[in-house]
Amino acid sequence: MACPPESVRPADGAKPDDLVREDFWAGLRSWTDARIALGRAGVSQRTRDVLAFQLDHARARDAVHQVLDRETAFGSIEFLEVTSRAPDRAGFLRRPDLGRLLTPESEAMLAARAGNGFDVAFTVSAGLSSTAVERNFQPFWHEFAPAFASLGLSAAPPCFAEQGRVALGDRVALALKARMAVVVIGERPGLSSPDSMGIYMTYAPKSDTTDEARNCISNIRSAGLGYAEAVRTLCALMREAFRRSVSGVELKVDDALALAPGAGAGELAE
Amino acid sequence: MYAITIDSVTHEYADLRTLLAAASAPKSGDELAGIGARSAHERAVAQLCLAEVPLTAFLDDLVIPYEDDAVTRLIVDTLDREALKPVAGLTVGGFRDWLLSAEADREALAALASGLMPEMAAAVSKLMRVQDLIHVASKIRVVTRFRTTVGLPGTLATRLQPNHPTDDPAGIVASVFDGLMYGSGDACIGINPASDSTASAVRLMELLDRLRREYDIPTQSCVLTHVTNTIEAVERGAPVDLVFQSIGGTEGVNRSFGVTLDILREGLEAGRSLRRGTVGDNVMYFETGQGSALSAGAHCGVDQQTLEARAYCVARHYEPFLLNSVVGFIGPEYLYDEKQIVRAGLEDHFCGKLLGVPMGLDVCYTNHAEADQDSMDTLLTLLGVAGCNYIMGVPGADDVMLNYQSTSFHDALYLRRQLGLSPAPEFAAWLERTGVFKDGELKAPRHSLHIPDKERFRGLSS
Repeated sequence: MACPPESVRPADGAKPDDLVREDFWAGLRSWTDARIALGRAGVSQRTRDVLAFQLDHARARDAVHQVLDRETAFGSIEFLEVTSRAPDRAGFLRRPDLGRLLTPESEAMLAARAGNGFDVAFTVSAGLSSTAVERNFQPFWHEFAPAFASLGLSAAPPCFAEQGRVALGDRVALALKARMAVVVIGERPGLSSPDSMGIYMTYAPKSDTTDEARNCISNIRSAGLGYAEAVRTLCALMREAFRRSVSGVELKVDDALALAPGAGAGELAE
Repeated sequence: MYAITIDSVTHEYADLRTLLAAASAPKSGDELAGIGARSAHERAVAQLCLAEVPLTAFLDDLVIPYEDDAVTRLIVDTLDREALKPVAGLTVGGFRDWLLSAEADREALAALASGLMPEMAAAVSKLMRVQDLIHVASKIRVVTRFRTTVGLPGTLATRLQPNHPTDDPAGIVASVFDGLMYGSGDACIGINPASDSTASAVRLMELLDRLRREYDIPTQSCVLTHVTNTIEAVERGAPVDLVFQSIGGTEGVNRSFGVTLDILREGLEAGRSLRRGTVGDNVMYFETGQGSALSAGAHCGVDQQTLEARAYCVARHYEPFLLNSVVGFIGPEYLYDEKQIVRAGLEDHFCGKLLGVPMGLDVCYTNHAEADQDSMDTLLTLLGVAGCNYIMGVPGADDVMLNYQSTSFHDALYLRRQLGLSPAPEFAAWLERTGVFKDGELKAPRHSLHIPDKERFRGLSS
């Protein structure tokens, strides 16, 4: 790939100031990820910075709009497919209320599979970034599965919804008669982080559960929170949620981690 | 009851609240709330009906009852009925014509502001085209003062927004320096903190104050933390210039933000008690945005643009230095695409100015909205023509903490150059004095400001 030129030679008769200027404080760029010391063409941004921005924006847009590639995201991991009431991507973006509700067909399908009560119902959704789930779900799940097994909890068949909001997980858990909803979802993408995955855990979800009843683990991605750390945090939260029958603002992640095996008071003191 | 007959069909509206919602420009938020017009025809009919409503009807038919809502009580109790007199005999449609006439000059519009209910401003804006919103707003100047004077004719100010995902002092300092060298920061240097504690807010206030003194910059700083945190910071002796708070157009949305009108009053008094302004004592900084009330489940069946205008009525009560609508920030479920964002931005700016509020705009969007930098350029340019007080200055237009796109330092320079606008006079003089500008043009030679030394900010790291 051709590199963009660092500067452009002034045309005949043009003063150097009229074309591209570097900023003498470019050394400050190492202090922040913000787009500082860009230099200028006149008073405007230079070609390379305009195009670099567009490229990042295109990645973020694609993360929002591309249909999730299930092979990439899940490989051989099997999911029950459920659908929300959001008809398509545009409907999903405009009407978050519809993305929180299951279609009657999905609700009936899940009700038929509800046993005598599971502990946890997992729901995965592309949410606002299919890229996030494609990149992060498999490595996360392979690390999570053995850790979850050691908790001794039962899991309902995991579900996948293309157009799902966080609260869709409550509906899934209710239909499956599960005591806890765990939702793994693509987060709203930023220009520098189009691939962040988030996890929301809700104990005893109801049809009108609101955000203060949820615990959230955010920014799970290779350049953000690592999979091992996310798994450790989620397992600690799940264990504490079942022990105390709470989640959300009443359940602090630091407390849960402090009580988790391998992070006892003695070890913390060292 | 309001009614209009078109092609022998009579259309009826139970109250102004219903009529205002049906006459509103398309907004995904009103669709989400289930209150907007269901077709283009319904909207056009409602606008025809609204045009015939006398302005005085708004005094009696309150969109949210007086007993139910502290914002309604504020609107009614502080209304200057004498000031409304020049237009009190007009209908909403007649009011639009009046606003566009030569009679509505700068002085007449300034005198009218305290006599207008926000619902009247919202109503007339619903009958206006983009050029009307621009033209009338451009006639209005709302000038405020702290260490700079913002809103003067021929000026455009910027809020330098040096956010950092972990509030790292060095990262913030680098962005502040970058902004200053591009002539940004005359509205304020304002950080959205990543952490919400008073202690970290105070650290950031001290950092910004130190930078301001070090470079001897005539501007004001602000850490955009909850007003109660700022009040606490004042009590702790922190260098608070501007007191920030997000506000909305109903008592319920303000409660969801953790504020009441009394708490805002306390914030104003705390800010003023420090007497840190040099050219004036406007100390409040408010942010608003269409959709916040619906998001909080507190919209009371009122359309989001009318609620936004009600938020400005709350704001003006506290004589703010700055107010900006974060127009595209909340997301596409409230403003779906470029057309909705541009229209909403111009409506917000118009209504704010008409009500006497020093309007700025955060011209912005998120990645799941149907918008891009071209959309921002369009709205930015239109707001410049409309006489907007200030916009944001974010490095490269990309906020790495809040994960959204706004306007860059370069964008402000473009708009100033394109429309012949200057920074606030005190700041403009500083830019010339330091050599960042020469004769109003960006120069920024190496000797203009000394590059910050990282070691000296290390001690401030949290």
